[in-house]
Amino acid sequence: MDQLQINMWQTIKRLCAPLDGDCIRLLPLIIVVLLWQISGYYSDNKILPQPSAILNLLQKETFEGDLMFHLGMTLRRVAISFLAAMILGILIGLAMGIYDAVDKALDTFLVIGLNIPALVIIIICYIWFGLTEYAAIIAVTINKVPMVAISLREGARALDNKLFQVAQVYHLSKFDIMTKIVLPQLLPYIFGAVRNGLAIIWKIVLVVELLGCSNGVGFQIGGYFHFFDISGVLAYTFAFMLVVFAIEVLALRPIEKYLLRWRS
Amino acid sequence: MSFLSVDIQDKTYPNECVAIQQLKFSAPKGEFIAIVGPSGAGKSTLLNVIAGLDPQFAGTIRFGSSELAQSGAKLGFLFQECRLMPWLSVRQNLQLVVKHTRPTPHTKTIDEWLQCVGLQGCGELFPAQLSGGMQRRVALLRAFIVNPDVLLMDEPFQSLDAPTAAQLRRLLHELWQNSAPTVLFVTHNLREAISVASRILFLSSRPSKVILEYPLTRLAPLDIESDDVAAEHKKILETYPNLLAGLHLD
Repeated sequence: MDQLQINMWQTIKRLCAPLDGDCIRLLPLIIVVLLWQISGYYSDNKILPQPSAILNLLQKETFEGDLMFHLGMTLRRVAISFLAAMILGILIGLAMGIYDAVDKALDTFLVIGLNIPALVIIIICYIWFGLTEYAAIIAVTINKVPMVAISLREGARALDNKLFQVAQVYHLSKFDIMTKIVLPQLLPYIFGAVRNGLAIIWKIVLVVELLGCSNGVGFQIGGYFHFFDISGVLAYTFAFMLVVFAIEVLALRPIEKYLLRWRS
Repeated sequence: MSFLSVDIQDKTYPNECVAIQQLKFSAPKGEFIAIVGPSGAGKSTLLNVIAGLDPQFAGTIRFGSSELAQSGAKLGFLFQECRLMPWLSVRQNLQLVVKHTRPTPHTKTIDEWLQCVGLQGCGELFPAQLSGGMQRRVALLRAFIVNPDVLLMDEPFQSLDAPTAAQLRRLLHELWQNSAPTVLFVTHNLREAISVASRILFLSSRPSKVILEYPLTRLAPLDIESDDVAAEHKKILETYPNLLAGLHLD
């Protein structure tokens, strides 16, 4: 390698250095989209539409169609059922982790709840409560509660008794014990439950909407499925993925990084 | 009247293991007592009982004329591990205990305390960002910052290297001389006990009881490697050859 090549190589490395982390994340995605675009060019557009076609449809649905409304309805269902599942799951999980009797009493239900198919719960809720908004939210919540509970039960079991001895010696208040000793120890478990919870709830909400709602992303995808319109299915899926990714990058990661900064 | 009076008739664990039996001693205000005994003698159990962390025992722990738990006496406890809250900064760890303490006109600020132990500028750091010795200093500070009447220390310097442990022993003595709490310092190292305490209580092996009270007369902490400590160590072991095995002397 002559000096000119070495200089060029070093210049390229220097220019790319700040992007190193992002490049590693983005490169596989860019390759997949490029391959998809090329494959789409040589395939039947109804089976594998090109990414550019999907983006066009996404743009059209966003500004001229009902995508924002349906996305909003789905997000509303996700938010309500997520909050309900987290609150119930945390309370049940903590009670099971702290009190042996509660653990023994609810353990069987937890195992059943974890293993019963989501579809069965959804159908039962729709039969019992009708094709209503409440039924949809209850179905999603019931599906998620056992997963949150099992995570928090492990968190409660792992609480460090030695730190409670410190609290006892120095006469800390119950509020301080909860906020300065218990909650920080549970945070990693809560974040785990939030991550898994969101991932599962997105999926279940879409099934719930597909089966028994008259709006939402799941309902729209169902509609496109009836017409075998893969572009519509992928456009809505892409919009949905963007929202999920935005929540992860703009909310979950910064909050987690801040609250667990003491670990680094 | 004795400041702290310990009388444990019996401490038996649920698995029938008798840890302490007929253990009695008393300590006047401001005395620095070292408690030495063989491994497994129940030294940590004794401190846990005194601190109220283990209420399942027969006997009394009195402070002045009332039970220690009801006396309103303030306790400081330096455990074998630092037991700092890893998610709280050094300042928050200290604030956590100090806000439950009544301030006095001589109460130092947290920054002044940190300066006392050479940790100025470390208030916003998390425990994981400190060395083992620095963490130990924070734990020591946490025990003193509440202005304790009784300070319990459970082999607090055992996992540290010799120079750091010596530095912390000197720091401990400085802090103790300023506020003069009654100190119960548990150690299995007789040299360390000789270097810091004004009286040593020797415990028997299980079931634990006091087999010898050995007074020392000194004002300043000694270097653990010094000739004075070595001479005292030799004298004790020559006089009581079975002492460190926890054997009864009579």
